[in-house]
Amino acid sequence: MSKYETVIGLEVHVELHTKSKIFCGCSTSFGAPPNTHTCPVCLGHPGVLPVLNRQAVEYAMKAAMAINCEIAEWCKFDRKNYFYPDSPKAYQISQYDQPIGQNGWIDIEVNGKTKRIGITRLHLEEDAGKLTHIDGGLGSLVDLNRVGTPLVEIVSEPDIRSPEEAKAYLEKLRAIMQYCDVSDVKMEEGSLRCDANISIRPYGQEKFGTRAELKNMNSFRGVQRGLEYEELRQADILDGGGEVVQETRRWDENQGKTFSMRGKEEAHDYRYFPDPDLVRLHIDDEWKTRVRASIPELPDARQARYIEKYGLSSYDAGVLTASMKLADFFEESLEHTSDAKASANWIMGDLLGYLNANNLELDAVQITGQGLGEMIQLIEKGTISTKIAKTVFKGMLETGKSPQKIVEEQGLVQISDEGAILAIVDSVIAANPQSVEDFRGGKDKAIGFLVGQIMKETKGKANPGLVNKLLMDRLKG
Amino acid sequence: MSVFDLRLSELHNRLQNKQLSVTELVEHSFKRIAETDGEIGAFLTLNEEGARKEAQALDARLAEGGERGLLFGVPAGVKDNIVTESLRTTCGSKFLDNHDPIYDATVVSKLRSAQSVTIGKLNMDEFAMGGSNENSAYRAVRNPWNLERVPGGSSGGSAASVAAGQVYFSLGSDTGGSIRQPAAYCGVVGLKPTYGLVSRFGLVAFASSLDQIGPITKNVEDSAYVLQAIAGHDHRDSTSANVDVPDYLSALTGDVKGLRIGVPKEYIGQGVDPQVKERVLEALKVFESLGATWEEISLPHTEYAVATYYLLASSEASSNLARFDGVRYGVRADNPANLLDLYRRSRSEGFGPEVKRRIMLGTYALSSGYYDAYYKKAQQVRTLIKRDFDQAFEQYDLIIGPTAPTTAFKLGEQVNDPLTMYLNDICTIPVSLAGVPAISVPCGLAEGLPVGLQIIGKPFDESTVLRAAHAFESQAGFRDLRPALS
Amino acid sequence: MSITIKDVEHVANLARLDLSEAEKEQFAGQLNAILKYAEKLNQLDTDGIEPTSHVLPLANVMRDDEVRDSWPVEKVLRNAPEEEDGQFRVPAVLE
Repeated sequence: MSKYETVIGLEVHVELHTKSKIFCGCSTSFGAPPNTHTCPVCLGHPGVLPVLNRQAVEYAMKAAMAINCEIAEWCKFDRKNYFYPDSPKAYQISQYDQPIGQNGWIDIEVNGKTKRIGITRLHLEEDAGKLTHIDGGLGSLVDLNRVGTPLVEIVSEPDIRSPEEAKAYLEKLRAIMQYCDVSDVKMEEGSLRCDANISIRPYGQEKFGTRAELKNMNSFRGVQRGLEYEELRQADILDGGGEVVQETRRWDENQGKTFSMRGKEEAHDYRYFPDPDLVRLHIDDEWKTRVRASIPELPDARQARYIEKYGLSSYDAGVLTASMKLADFFEESLEHTSDAKASANWIMGDLLGYLNANNLELDAVQITGQGLGEMIQLIEKGTISTKIAKTVFKGMLETGKSPQKIVEEQGLVQISDEGAILAIVDSVIAANPQSVEDFRGGKDKAIGFLVGQIMKETKGKANPGLVNKLLMDRLKG
Repeated sequence: MSVFDLRLSELHNRLQNKQLSVTELVEHSFKRIAETDGEIGAFLTLNEEGARKEAQALDARLAEGGERGLLFGVPAGVKDNIVTESLRTTCGSKFLDNHDPIYDATVVSKLRSAQSVTIGKLNMDEFAMGGSNENSAYRAVRNPWNLERVPGGSSGGSAASVAAGQVYFSLGSDTGGSIRQPAAYCGVVGLKPTYGLVSRFGLVAFASSLDQIGPITKNVEDSAYVLQAIAGHDHRDSTSANVDVPDYLSALTGDVKGLRIGVPKEYIGQGVDPQVKERVLEALKVFESLGATWEEISLPHTEYAVATYYLLASSEASSNLARFDGVRYGVRADNPANLLDLYRRSRSEGFGPEVKRRIMLGTYALSSGYYDAYYKKAQQVRTLIKRDFDQAFEQYDLIIGPTAPTTAFKLGEQVNDPLTMYLNDICTIPVSLAGVPAISVPCGLAEGLPVGLQIIGKPFDESTVLRAAHAFESQAGFRDLRPALS
Repeated sequence: MSITIKDVEHVANLARLDLSEAEKEQFAGQLNAILKYAEKLNQLDTDGIEPTSHVLPLANVMRDDEVRDSWPVEKVLRNAPEEEDGQFRVPAVLE
C-alpha cells in the first residue's frame, strides 16, 4: 500500500441534447460534413448577437437539480476570453460567478461502501469547434459544427480518493444525466468529457499536494488508467525527493502514459466579464417547480426500490440501474414474469455477457424486456428447460423474435411425456450395459453419461428432471 | 435647391406624379458624390450596381401602382459598421478591407422593407473609435462647412454625406456621442435612440452595452421618418426592448407649451466655448418663447462619466474585437510562422493605433487583479450616473445642453492627445451611459461653424425629444442652413 | 500604480498584438495618463452600489429550441483567408 493519499477532483462536461445550438438555430446533430451546421452567429461573424435557447437552460436546471444543487435565483452569462481557432469569437460564453447550480452532491458505491462526493457547481456554457491536424504538422483544419452546442460543466469537490472512485463517480454522473434525458452522454462521441485534477499527499497531511490537470481521457477506462498512471508518477517523484510541478498533462491511451502539454506554460488570464449581449436569467419558484416535476426516478431511488421490492442484492440492483435502458429493460420483463431474480440473473449473466463480449450497447441488439419475461414464463411452465432457454435467448438477441416463435420454429418444446421419455431411457439402458454395470457397482458418475445419452437422443428437449427420475427408477428398480 | 432638400412628402408626391423617378434620385446621389466626395471622403464603398437595380425595381413598382414603403425611393448612406450582405463592410479598418458579409443587419432589412435605396457605405473612425474620423484606416473625412475641419466622429462620413447633400439621409451609430457630435459639427440632425429601441443585430460591436444605431438627417421630420422605419423589437437581439413603437410623425405637433426643461450646469460650465454656450442660451430663449420653462440643474456625476465610459467601452471592445483573428474572415498576415504569429501579426497589421490603444486599455482593465478596481468600479459609477438622470427626469421632461463643448476642430489638431480628444465627449457620454435618447439639432453658427443643441429625453420617450426638436427647428430658422460647398 | 513596459508587453500578449518598441513606449505613457485620469473614480464611495451591466431591466430573453437552416458552406467559407476540404485552415495547432 502506498504511503500517499490520492486527492482527485473531476471537471465533467456534458453536452445537452437540444435540437438547436445554445445561441443560434443551427442543428446540434453529430456527424455532419464540416461547417455545414453553421451560420453567422456561431461563426462569430462581425455584428452578430446570441439569443439563449430556453431548452438548454431547462436541461441545465434539470441536471443541476438531479445532482442536488441549489438553483440560483438570478444568474448571468460571462465571457471567458482566450484565443484559439476552435473558438470563433475568441471568447466562450460561460457562467463565472453565478452558475445555475451550486453545492450539490451524489453518492457513489465502491467496494460495497457508499460515499458522498460533493459538487461545487454546475454551469451552462457553449461548446467549441473541432480541429483536425494535417499529416506532417503542416497545418490544422477548423470545423465549427460543434461550436455552440450547449454544455454543462460539473465541477466536483476534491472528495475523490482513488481512480476507482473517480470511475464510479463518472459512471453515476452519466447514469443521472441519462435518466434526466438531458444528454446522450456518449464518451466516444464527446457528449461526455472528463478532465481531472489529481494530487497526492502523505497520509495525515492536511495540505493538498501540487496537482496536475489531466486531459484527453476519452473513455471510462481511460479515466481510471490515466489517474492510476498519474498517482504512480507523482509518488515516484515524491519518493525520489522531487517536487510535482503544477501543469496540464495529456493522457495517451496507446502509450498508457501522461505527457506534459507544451505551449500551456503561459498563465491563463481569461478576463471574465458579464456578456453585455445577453440579459440576466431569473429562475423563480414556479419555473423551478415545473422543471423539478420533469425529473424521473433517479438511479439511487430505483436501486433502493429494486432491493426492497424485488429482494435483489445491492450490487445487482446497482448494476441494473447503472444504465436507465437496462433498468427499463428489466422492468419491462417484469410485466411478463414475477420472477425478478431470474430476470436479473439473465440480464446480468447472459445479456451483459453478450454485450460486453461483443462491445455492444443494449440498443444494438434485438431482444426486448418483454421477450425475456415471456421466456422466463416458458421455463416456469416447463415448456422449455433452462438449457433450451439459452438457445432461445441467443435467438432473441440475434433476431428479436418472441421466445414462443423461436421455440415453435426450432421445435424446442420440452418433452415431458413420461411414456416417450421412458422408451428412450430403456433403449439407452439397453445400448449401454457397461455404464449400467458401473453405476450399480457404485460409480455414480456413470449416471451422467447415461443422462447425456438420453438428452442427445432427444436433441436436448427432454425434461431433465423427468429424465433423472425415470432413469433412477429403472436402474434402482 | 437640391432635390434632397424637398420634404419627404413632397418627394413622394413628385414620384407619384411622375415628375421624378427613383432612378433620377439615385443618379442625383451618385452625381453629387462624384462632384464632392473627392474633397469630403464620406464614402468607402459605393453600391452603384445594386442601387441602380433597386431604383429600377422601385420605379417599376411605382408604375404598377404597388404599395409604397415609408422611405420609398429615398437614397440612403449606411455607416460602414452596419453589415450589408454582399456589400463590402470594412468598419473603417484595414482588417476588414476585403470583407464581403454573408448576411444583412436588421436595420438594413428594415430599410429595404421601407424601400429606401442604399447608395453605399460611409466612412468612419476605425471600429467607431474616435471623434474626428481621423482614425479611419482609409482617409480622413472633411467637414463640408470647412474642409480644414473634422466632421466629427465616429459617424463622420454619415454626417458629412448628409450635410453635403450626397444622400437624403444616413444611418450612424452612437456609443458615446458618435451620431450626435458629428451631426452637431456638420450642422445636421442626429438622433441616438434609447438603448434597446433599434436592433443592434448586424451592427459590428464596439461597446455592446452602449452601441445604438440612429438616423442622421437634414431635419427633424426626416429623423422621425427614419426612426419609424428602423425602430422596434428584434428577436435576434436579446437586448432589444419589447416595446410598442409609437407614431413619431404624429408627435411633431409644434406644441411644447408647459414642457419642463432642465439645463445641467455641468454641460455649460468650464471648457465650453463661450459662443457655443451663447447659442445654447439663445435656443433656450426660443423654447421659452414657445411656452416651455427651463432652469439650471445639476447632474453631479458628470465629471466621472468620461473615465467611466473609457473603462467600460474599452473593456467591452477588447473582447468584441478579439474575433478579428485572421482565421475565418478579414486579413491574414503573410506566411505566419505559427498560430501565435498569425494572430499577433494579422491583428497588429490590421488594426490602427486608436483601436490598439483601446484594446490595450480594455485588456488591462479586465485582466487579473484589476477587474474590481476598474471594470466593476466603472459599472458602479455608471449606476450613479444613471441615477442622476432618473432623478432629473422626475422633475423635468427634457434635459438640454450643447452637444459638444466646441465646434468642429481642425484636422490634426487633437490626434496626438487621446485624453483631450476623449474629453470632447463630455456632454454626450453621460447620456450614452444612462441609455436615454438624445438628438442633436442645429442651433446656429459660431464663427461660421455649426453648433448643435442636444435634447435629451426619458427612456423610450423619443416622441417628446422629436416634438421639442421639431418645434425648436421650426421656430429658430436653422433648418435650411447648408454649407457653401460647391 | 504605474504601467511599465513589461506590463504593456504582458497585456499585448493577452490581446495578441505585436507592438514595436516605439508603440510600447507610447502606449505605456498614454495608458498611464488615462488610468491616472480614471483614478478620479476612486473619489466616489461605491460601496453597496449595484454595478450596471445593462440600462434596461431585461431578464429571461430566450428562444424556443427550433432548428433553422444553416448557411451554405460556400458562404461560410467565402471570406476565409485559407480553406481546405470545406474547413478553415490555420498553421499547425500543437498540443
